Amino acid sequence: MKDSRYFAERRRDIVLTLRRFFYEKGFLEVETPLIIQAPAPEMHIEPVRSEIGFLITSPELHMKMLIARGFGNIFQICRVFRKGEFGKVHLPGFTILEWYRTNADYTDLMKDCKELFSYIANCINCFKVSFRQSMLTPSEPWKIITVEEAFVKWAGWNPIKQWNRDRFYIDLVEKVEPHLGFPQPCILKNYPASESALARIKESNPEVCERFEVYWGGIELANGFSELTDPVEQRRRFEDVIRWRRLHGLPKLPMPEQFLEELEQMPKTAGIALGVDRLVMIFSGADCIQDVVLFSEEFLPHGNT
Amino acid sequence: MGATLNAGDLRKGLKLEIDGEPYLIVDFEFTKPGKGQALYKCRLKNLITGVQFDKTYRSGDKFVEADTDEQEVEYLYKDGNNYYFMNMTTYEQVEMTADQLGDAANFLTENLKVNMLFFKDRPIGITLPNFVELKVIKAEPGVKGDTASGATKPVTLETGYKVQVPLFVEEGDVLKIDTRTGSYVERVSAK
Repeated sequence: MKDSRYFAERRRDIVLTLRRFFYEKGFLEVETPLIIQAPAPEMHIEPVRSEIGFLITSPELHMKMLIARGFGNIFQICRVFRKGEFGKVHLPGFTILEWYRTNADYTDLMKDCKELFSYIANCINCFKVSFRQSMLTPSEPWKIITVEEAFVKWAGWNPIKQWNRDRFYIDLVEKVEPHLGFPQPCILKNYPASESALARIKESNPEVCERFEVYWGGIELANGFSELTDPVEQRRRFEDVIRWRRLHGLPKLPMPEQFLEELEQMPKTAGIALGVDRLVMIFSGADCIQDVVLFSEEFLPHGNT
Repeated sequence: MGATLNAGDLRKGLKLEIDGEPYLIVDFEFTKPGKGQALYKCRLKNLITGVQFDKTYRSGDKFVEADTDEQEVEYLYKDGNNYYFMNMTTYEQVEMTADQLGDAANFLTENLKVNMLFFKDRPIGITLPNFVELKVIKAEPGVKGDTASGATKPVTLETGYKVQVPLFVEEGDVLKIDTRTGSYVERVSAK
């Protein structure tokens, strides 16, 4: 019988394994503030405001500041908060794992992901899992497909050549994602250049950025990219987002000035965020994120969640 | 007019007014690519026609809550094409046509209490109890010796509704009928 205690034990095993994986690779575990003065402005992520600052939507900016200060490879497991997200794989508060690798690009992170999944499978002795209606396996080989290939194949159009943001996200959810990550995880890479405010543009193809996502069983698990390290370009992109938010009547967000200042010192880096609850959910064959999060009912929408 | 809602307010069970007609959200799913916009997938059911369709909304879309109200009514009588009910709260008489009632008209007997749904104070439908008991007013006698299991025959019930029943059912019997499927469940009492 899979009850909340079963899922709590499964979570403990997996989180323990995540830590061990990064300790063995020499990554330093860090803790950065959960309340900050200026989150990275995003078009589609709404931070929760507290009386003394914003709850983080990701520890990204502060972890990158540590990289700029010479910390080297680091990781963190923490809670993040995003307003208004409640569904079968969404909660307005969830656990995230982020790791940053210096002198690396997004292909190094893809290798990390494959290794990490095999490592978890070995540690918790889980090589096959029944998730929803599918039998999944974390083992290699993983499929790698570009956004362009995936959209041409399943949605019938090319978002790299003819950009249409509204259509892109609807088709991503309805036509592309349902095919990704069966039975092994799958990497969807090279997003349209406009779709990541913090990723580096691919030199050999400036229409796309060096960003990828890991999908498993149709569920988005991780989002990683080669980090943009040019503070001038970064400020321009934040300004674009802030302008877009104003045009769409979204709450005003401050410019992350301190981050931009420190970004100057950041070496070549690649960073990634992985949804820990979703990872636990799939590895333990739970139907929805609520099954693996204790007291998730605290997040039930009551108007302003 | 109902309250104005945002996409973030959508949930299963909510009633919306779209193009002047009331819809019920019978299925709802929130999805959102991490960096992409939130999508609100709804299966909507038109509360007047019963027709269902899927529609995906985005953050920024606005909605009007349907001005609906449910009240207990008691069925009184039928006159031609019209069915008359008594609103048990206001004691006002309410009428609905056979077209509006659809199949529900097959299960109405005097004094039956049902829930009536109003949209902008106009009746648009009723919710029957899952089971009703109806008397057989016409049945052919079962053929002696024909006891093959599964054999059925048609009978006419007091509302004029025709239903397939086992061969042992006779005129005057009272039958339990499932209003959701319209089918025979069991014989409640024999003549």
